[in-house]
Amino acid sequence: MEQFLQQLLNGLAVGGIYALVALGYTMVYGVLKLINFAHGDLFTIGAYLGLTLLVSCNFSGMLNPVLAVLAVFVMVALLVALIGFLLERTAYRPLRNAGRLSAVVSALGASIFFQNAIMLIYGARFYVYPDYLRPDFTVQLFGLAVPGVRLLVIAASVILMLGLWAFIQRSRTGAAIRAVAIDPGAAQLMGINVDRIIGLVFLIGPGLGGAAGLMVGIYYGQIDFTMGWTYGLKAFTAAILGGIGNIPGAMIGGLLLGVIEALAAGYIAIAWKDAIAFFVLILILIIRPTGILGERTADKL
Amino acid sequence: MKTEPLRIAVRVALAAVICTLPLFSNAYWTDVCVSIGLYALLSLSLNVILGQSGIFHMGHAAFFAVGAYATAILNTLCQWPIFWTMPVAGAVAALFALLVARPIIHLRGDYLLIVTIGIVEIVRIALINDVFGLTGGANGIFGISRPSFFGFRVVKGIQFYYLVWGMVGVSLLLFYGLWHSRFGRALNYIKEDDVAAEGCGVNVTHYKLMAFVLGAFWAGMAGTLYAAKMTTISPESFSFMESVIIFAVVILSGGSQIGVLISAFLFIGLPELLREFSNARMLIFGLAMMVMMVWRPQGLLPPRRRRYHVGSLVENGSGGDSSGGSDAGAGSSGQLDDAAATGGEQATGGRPA
Repeated sequence: MEQFLQQLLNGLAVGGIYALVALGYTMVYGVLKLINFAHGDLFTIGAYLGLTLLVSCNFSGMLNPVLAVLAVFVMVALLVALIGFLLERTAYRPLRNAGRLSAVVSALGASIFFQNAIMLIYGARFYVYPDYLRPDFTVQLFGLAVPGVRLLVIAASVILMLGLWAFIQRSRTGAAIRAVAIDPGAAQLMGINVDRIIGLVFLIGPGLGGAAGLMVGIYYGQIDFTMGWTYGLKAFTAAILGGIGNIPGAMIGGLLLGVIEALAAGYIAIAWKDAIAFFVLILILIIRPTGILGERTADKL
Repeated sequence: MKTEPLRIAVRVALAAVICTLPLFSNAYWTDVCVSIGLYALLSLSLNVILGQSGIFHMGHAAFFAVGAYATAILNTLCQWPIFWTMPVAGAVAALFALLVARPIIHLRGDYLLIVTIGIVEIVRIALINDVFGLTGGANGIFGISRPSFFGFRVVKGIQFYYLVWGMVGVSLLLFYGLWHSRFGRALNYIKEDDVAAEGCGVNVTHYKLMAFVLGAFWAGMAGTLYAAKMTTISPESFSFMESVIIFAVVILSGGSQIGVLISAFLFIGLPELLREFSNARMLIFGLAMMVMMVWRPQGLLPPRRRRYHVGSLVENGSGGDSSGGSDAGAGSSGQLDDAAATGGEQATGGRPA
């Protein structure tokens, strides 16, 4: 029972990170119907930028670590959002009216480009996040000793997700995003600037992804330039699990995938963890092809 | 607008260049051309599934891996000669394709795409985890013997060149015939509009599955050649990256067979010219993928809309005549996109009433 609860919390923390990355996928997919394969690498960029900022600015001398992390958190989110925005302009916008798969290949190219750019800049080795940044406390919860960093990651991802959800559901811009996701042509006729909305989506999604990258750095303490691929694929799996294009779906899918994976790692075999995640995906798609919260649309066959 | 004699001349010239190329190049470039040939072979096999049938499949490396491992295991464990393992490798890959594709074949485009990615990853993880104790784990299998025909051993690069490109030639002819057969036409129809195809009595699931099985069979045989060429295989050789490269080759080709050859050269050959920037090579590769797509999103040689003189099948006022020439509808309908098949529709009038 104790092991189960530990794995559950572990799964929720990882799942929160998956969910944050999945939100970027799902929003982009919602408005452009494009699988943005470069999203995982934007996440890696977030992790590396966070490390660089934390180390080079040496905030610890001036600020306490918590404030330093918060400041860097915001900076990373903004910088990665900017990169995502530029990516959309250069690699996706020219392909918007072309075949769907051309854009997919362009996204894969962008992914390879980013991954190798990181490798050239930072080198191919692992990087370790400075230890003093890891919040070093444990909380007693239901008789379990839970590392504080785990709770913080869960809390941060929940706050970000709720913030995004409120933005999408309550604000005028959020309504515009939803409108574009449903029908870009009709949204345009209603006076919504579709290009601006897509640009905005490419700011929000990558921003959240970059923040998630920083969180992974702090949570695991270790990053490398290929990690974006695995996380990206997992997050995409999470997005599909919940019903792609659906924002609450991405959150649920992310958390669920994290928990499934943690339990699989704990009870089946850690070496098969990733395979089990994909197996679950395939199973879910066979049973319910549009994901957990996906609407049943009039499918082609 | 191209005329028929010109097209034939281009093909003959291309064939002549391919046949004589290794006589002028050094060992290194011959080797590069062998890998271009292998990728061309794989891409031709993916073209059956993705290019001609419009099934979003990004997991082709899985079938390639199954074929290569089948050859490696049969050769090292049972001492089968390489050429005997070839049809078996193809058959094993085809069987695997049948098993994995059956439950997922009905999924819509992007879902299928992501599921096939999942399959590659599952296969790779299974190989690393030494499934059934046969795959040698992360180290893979080494000591695969060279292929030989009747005592003549294929060892040198130039011999492999002719072996691989000979196979490419056979595939080109075979698939060319296939696309003009009833089977090929059915697949092409499914690509254009699977709902309409189903409505016209084409068994869509069956044909899609057959395309999968055929493509996998060919990829499995390519796996045999790969294993024989390398003599060592490991899970790393069949990562998702391989799938991505083959996928990109097929998308850039626009779905035509000659296009596949040209884009295989662009994707595999050109990066070799950048050897001296070895560190930045993949960076440039990624950039090139983006640039090529932005430059030519419809593919290098988008298929011209075929015109059949189908008087016996359909009596259709606008179809079957020669008013538009053979290039009718070429500009607008070449995209590998299930949602973009418009434009050329009226020009051909080929849609049965």
